[in-house]
Amino acid sequence: MIHSLFLVNSSGDIFLEKHWKSVVSRSVCDYFFEAQERASEPENVPPVIPTPHHYLISVLRHRIYFVAVIQSEVPPLFVIEFLHRVVDTFQDYFGVCTEAAIKDNVVVVYELLEEMLDNGFPLATESNILKELIKPPTILRTVVNTITGSTNVGEQLPTGQLSVVPWRRTGVKYTNNEAYFDVVEEIDAIIDKSGSTITAEIQGVIDACVKLTGMPDLTLSFMNPRLLDDVSFHPCVRFKRWEAERILSFIPPDGNFRLLSYHVSCQNLVAIPVYVKHNITFREGSSQGRFELTLGPKQTMGKGLEAVLISSQLPRGVLNTNLNPSQGTYNFDPVTKLLSWDVGKINPQKLPSLKGSMSLQAGASKPDENPTINIQFKIQQSALSG
Amino acid sequence: MLSMSTNNLSYNDQGGTDSAVEVGQETTPTSSNAGAGFGLFSVDFKKNDDLKEMLESNKESLKLEAMKRVVGLIAKGKNASELFPAVVKNVASKNIELKKLVYVYLVRYAEEQQDLALLSISTFQRALKDPNQLIRASALRVLSSIRVPIIVPIMMLAIKEAASDMSPYVRKTSAHAIQKLYSLDQDQKDLLIEVIEKLLKDKSTLVAGSVVMAFEEVCPDRIDLIHKNYRKLCNLLVDVEEWGQVVIISMLTRYARTQFTSPWKEDGVFDEHSERAFYESDEEKTRNEPEAKPYMMDPDHRLLLRNTKPLLQSRNTAVVMSVAQLYWHLAPKNEVSIVTKSLVRLLRSHREVQYIVLQNIASMSIQRKGMFEPYMKSFYVRSTDATHIKSLKLEILTSLANEANISTVLREFQTYVKSQDKEFAAGTIQAIGRCATNISEVTDTCLNGLVLLLSNRDETVVAESVVVIRKLLQTQPTQHSDIIKHMAKLFDNITVPMARASILWLMGEYCERVPKIAPDVLRKMAKSFTSEEDIVKLQTVNLAAKLYLTNSKQTKLLTQYILNLGKYDQNYDIRDRTRFIRQLIVPNDKNGALSKYAHRILLAPKPAPLLESAYKDRDRYQLGTLSHTINTKASGYLELSDWPAVAPDQSVRNVEVIEPVKEWAPSLWKTGKSKPAKSSDDKFYSDSGEEEEEGSGSSSSEDGSSSSEESGSDAESRVENSSQSSEESDESSSQSEKSSSESESDSEKKKRKTKTPLQKKTVKPTAKDGDSDGNVAKEASSSSAEESSSDSESDSDAHTDSDSGTEHKKKTKSKAKPKVEVKSKKEVSLLDLGDFTPAPVTQLKSSILSPSLLGDLEGMSLSNVSSTIQVSGPAFVPEKSHDLLHRMTGKGLSAQYQFPRQPCLYQPTMVSVQISLTNTSDHPLEQIHIGDRSPTGLNIHCFNTVECLEPEASVTVFMGIDFNDSTQAANFQLCTKEDHFSVSIQPAVGDLFLPITMTELDFRKEQGKLLGMNESSATITMAAENMTSQPISRPVATVANLGVVPSGQDDIHRFAGKTASSGAVVLVTVELRESSTALITINTEKSVMGSMLLRDLKQALAQA
Repeated sequence: MIHSLFLVNSSGDIFLEKHWKSVVSRSVCDYFFEAQERASEPENVPPVIPTPHHYLISVLRHRIYFVAVIQSEVPPLFVIEFLHRVVDTFQDYFGVCTEAAIKDNVVVVYELLEEMLDNGFPLATESNILKELIKPPTILRTVVNTITGSTNVGEQLPTGQLSVVPWRRTGVKYTNNEAYFDVVEEIDAIIDKSGSTITAEIQGVIDACVKLTGMPDLTLSFMNPRLLDDVSFHPCVRFKRWEAERILSFIPPDGNFRLLSYHVSCQNLVAIPVYVKHNITFREGSSQGRFELTLGPKQTMGKGLEAVLISSQLPRGVLNTNLNPSQGTYNFDPVTKLLSWDVGKINPQKLPSLKGSMSLQAGASKPDENPTINIQFKIQQSALSG
Repeated sequence: MLSMSTNNLSYNDQGGTDSAVEVGQETTPTSSNAGAGFGLFSVDFKKNDDLKEMLESNKESLKLEAMKRVVGLIAKGKNASELFPAVVKNVASKNIELKKLVYVYLVRYAEEQQDLALLSISTFQRALKDPNQLIRASALRVLSSIRVPIIVPIMMLAIKEAASDMSPYVRKTSAHAIQKLYSLDQDQKDLLIEVIEKLLKDKSTLVAGSVVMAFEEVCPDRIDLIHKNYRKLCNLLVDVEEWGQVVIISMLTRYARTQFTSPWKEDGVFDEHSERAFYESDEEKTRNEPEAKPYMMDPDHRLLLRNTKPLLQSRNTAVVMSVAQLYWHLAPKNEVSIVTKSLVRLLRSHREVQYIVLQNIASMSIQRKGMFEPYMKSFYVRSTDATHIKSLKLEILTSLANEANISTVLREFQTYVKSQDKEFAAGTIQAIGRCATNISEVTDTCLNGLVLLLSNRDETVVAESVVVIRKLLQTQPTQHSDIIKHMAKLFDNITVPMARASILWLMGEYCERVPKIAPDVLRKMAKSFTSEEDIVKLQTVNLAAKLYLTNSKQTKLLTQYILNLGKYDQNYDIRDRTRFIRQLIVPNDKNGALSKYAHRILLAPKPAPLLESAYKDRDRYQLGTLSHTINTKASGYLELSDWPAVAPDQSVRNVEVIEPVKEWAPSLWKTGKSKPAKSSDDKFYSDSGEEEEEGSGSSSSEDGSSSSEESGSDAESRVENSSQSSEESDESSSQSEKSSSESESDSEKKKRKTKTPLQKKTVKPTAKDGDSDGNVAKEASSSSAEESSSDSESDSDAHTDSDSGTEHKKKTKSKAKPKVEVKSKKEVSLLDLGDFTPAPVTQLKSSILSPSLLGDLEGMSLSNVSSTIQVSGPAFVPEKSHDLLHRMTGKGLSAQYQFPRQPCLYQPTMVSVQISLTNTSDHPLEQIHIGDRSPTGLNIHCFNTVECLEPEASVTVFMGIDFNDSTQAANFQLCTKEDHFSVSIQPAVGDLFLPITMTELDFRKEQGKLLGMNESSATITMAAENMTSQPISRPVATVANLGVVPSGQDDIHRFAGKTASSGAVVLVTVELRESSTALITINTEKSVMGSMLLRDLKQALAQA
């Protein structure tokens, strides 16, 4: 299965390597660097690269490439999924998964990787178990460890590993028993020039933070379970009970976890809670273009739009922009031609707008592509699926 | 050391080494010179000396600090091998973390320092006997990871011992060790296989995944080892950890392809668009009506499909993908589509996951468009997608395009062409080209669009368009000379060589259509010949030659000039071509033979190029594999074998010791149905069969104290278990019991009573399955004996059920009703048929039994129907059949019809009608078919002609009739070879609907649109005890094929449906008022039907 793992940063240096079988020379990554050079964007590096003797499967997260070296047939998703799980674990342990964090905690990283894979086959990937095996570094523990010489490594086999609930350890104790559930819904929509929705999908997740003593067995029922069209569960959820009664019944892992993610099939199109009025024109012959954007909330049921962020890839011909936002800050990168505008909160009384002119390359003809505009926003306390 | 370091340096460019230095300083802040040793070997040595000292000191904390730094070195890929002696001394340390770090070091360097590594072996051997399982396991892990050939015997011994360890964790480790040992020394294969065989029998979910992995690595061809463990693996599957699931599923896929016969039917009765298959319906399928189809799915095959299905909801994308590929490669064609939704869901995952999933969808969509067509919008490209994802989506959109949706697809493509990502825009143009060739209706539109693109400013877009236009024109060159002219005009502005070459080629090929322009183009080319790219030059030579042949008067000199230029070109290809052309076309004395044919050689009609998907041939690789992704065979790829023509002996999977095959077959059939054995209670459910499941499910719906029943049937299941299996399987069931009891058993008892919806769920798809009736029995048919036996069994099951419990007498009653009818039916047919052919009997019986039973169940627990939106299954299927042709008038042929209330599979606007034909005469009736019909415009889908109906035999056929939303009778002639009889089918208004489910909100919204003229209402009086929801929904469902809309209020019941023909929405509201009156309101734009329905409902509810 997974032979070796190389971590490569965005400038193309290998800053960590780990081998589970015999050592594979770093030179195998040259094929990866080649592909990286060829790709115009970091995202465009193909996830699977065949080389004469190995196959490289990589994922890109937090601007770090995790490159796994494979020697024989294995489902590529198996490796990809595992690599993502590794990143999630790092994030869980160190708070962030950056090059610096990994380098700072290289010993913990190594211990983790050692536990997660045996001979290239995943061994323990549940964070509850891993945390029993290897305690996450905290400032306090680091201090204590350096003074007393005690360790980060647990001495006992994690209890969960052997039980039927491998995701939970036994003997959890809390003075305050509490469980929180966050429902996060994302809407993904493509909207055409005239403002009509081409396609919209709602994807939701329920993240849980459960701090309960002992071995709690929880059930969670929904008012309208039929909305959840297609669901995927944390392994702790009993499939059968869901199929039978549409009730979630589970013994939760300890701490934070993603209970389920779901997909809402939209028979009738979703109401997009924001609209954009745009007026972007380039005049033939002149080296000026006009740019005008106005945002407004739409059918938000009284909830405010927050953290609105607009980005747009302007045509290559645009040299610079001279824009004037009515609120927030904007930024134009003349190299990548990426315009981003951090709007912040939308006040329905005073709609934010961004107006101004663009200077185009002199002599170049008017660009014929229409820039696409990406909008990200958040609405608290609102579920789009109803 | 030296060589290693230099090696490292050679890989790092300057920036790399710099950052490495930084790293070193960050990780080891206490050491002043750690990591600064690149290139300065003296420093390196010094640092290592430093570490050596620390390692040899007495203080644990110093040692630990040193080891941490050493690990830091290893992580950076630096060489620390010279510390080996110092490190290995610490292998016996008491400090666990230190020990672990030493292990890390050992595993990394043991191969290089074999002699020294041996020093540590005795420590591991001791640790293997440690009472702590964690220590035993980690000792085995490290021992087997040390790749030193000398210790192979020690490893072998350790593995064998660990394989029978008490702790499943250690056994799991031993399974991993098997693979390591095998990669070290292949000679141990036979011994290792023995261990694998032993571990395969292990019943721990922890071990299963790892041992199957070892199996795949060491002896994937020893399929025989799996036989005995097949069912256990299937049943354990849900509880195995995710990674193990992936491995087991892919192994079982391979296994199943060698052991079962193909479920893919040869005949094309069900086209790929059929989306109605749900495997739960298989019970019904098997029972409903055995036709003369030889295929019956092996119960073990079914078991596998059934147990993998829940895993489609796994959060692990690899698991979902592997289940999807299992269904793709193993499931009957009509069941594959259940994976669609899950695959589409994966598209919301990480980019890399999307990439792989889209690749697989691309492969699938070529073969089975229908699977993904409803989800087409999910494949629309987003501006944030990476390029390779965009092109994959494009690929899929192209494959999915058909006559119906091509306009939307093309509109999407139009936007894509304008994308700033030029690579993607070029891909889009190719996709348009493919659509144009695939769908002849839009060829012209596409061509025009592409011509417009020729004036685009971007070069790549223009070039790509030219190339695609060339290909398109080649497929239909007749009437497009103006396009060629247009392209000739553009020629000067296009600089991309491939596009120029394409235009030149077009000119040459169709020079007769543009006689004036072609020579002119050639003239221009002659001028610029020397500065052109090679490919353009070659085409210029070609053009010259062709023009010379067709129009030598004008172009003779030009051609010669070009040929001369070509003669002295730097590229030898062009020189060769020039020489060849000159000899071919310019007449001279010596080679007249060939030049005679020059015209034919150069201007031969050429076949049009095929624009095909790049994913067309990927299906030779198993989906979801690495080989599929890279489209070449990866090392270690195991071919998926073809289905065997004849299934190998299935009894090899039987774990029974002694029992005649004939006896176990039915019982096996039952196990086949068993759900994943998550708990023993589930087992109880499944073992006792679907029929019983339905029974108990419905009967226990309100049954709080079902303990007596439960214990009874529990015992029953035990009995069955033991009868069906040896001690072995008993053990396994108890094992699974044990493992699950901790988590579930307590709640399970209580849960049981609420299990009802499951039954409903399992039932509904059948009902919905428009075609299932037609299809149903194909699989089962061959073995009527088996069927009847199990039928009788399940009958008795149902009886025990209905006996138990007091609160569901009502249901027992309702259950009894259909049963009585079944019996009478059966008796009748027995009387009629004597003992001629048993098959039709079962057929008749089952076809009537199941829908009615179904209907009952549905009717019972209707109130909280949960299902998908849109057309749902009928809530109730009346078993009432009407006479179509009496046997007296029909001269021995009698016919009855009934409305199964299924969506018609022939055409959605039709109502499906089930007709039972019986021959009561004493001679066979031949060629029964449908003749003239009136009114003539009546749209009927006839059943296939029944070639011959033996005396006393009967057959059930299906036809579809488009009643055009009226209750006007359909008149037609039922013909035999000799006679024809006029018959008519009169539908009740309620049968013309199809139920739909919607939310209350939607219901109100729809209702709001259908007021005034479209509303009709009436108030009736009804008996007080019927004021609860269930008795209301039942008569309504009996009268009309409507779906229940979940209602927030207790006293308002809503039903929704649509008319079959026009799809007009029909909404029924029953509002219960005080003093046992009820207000019925019907909203529909078909006001005639509305009032008829109202009348029927009034009658039915007043009765109730």
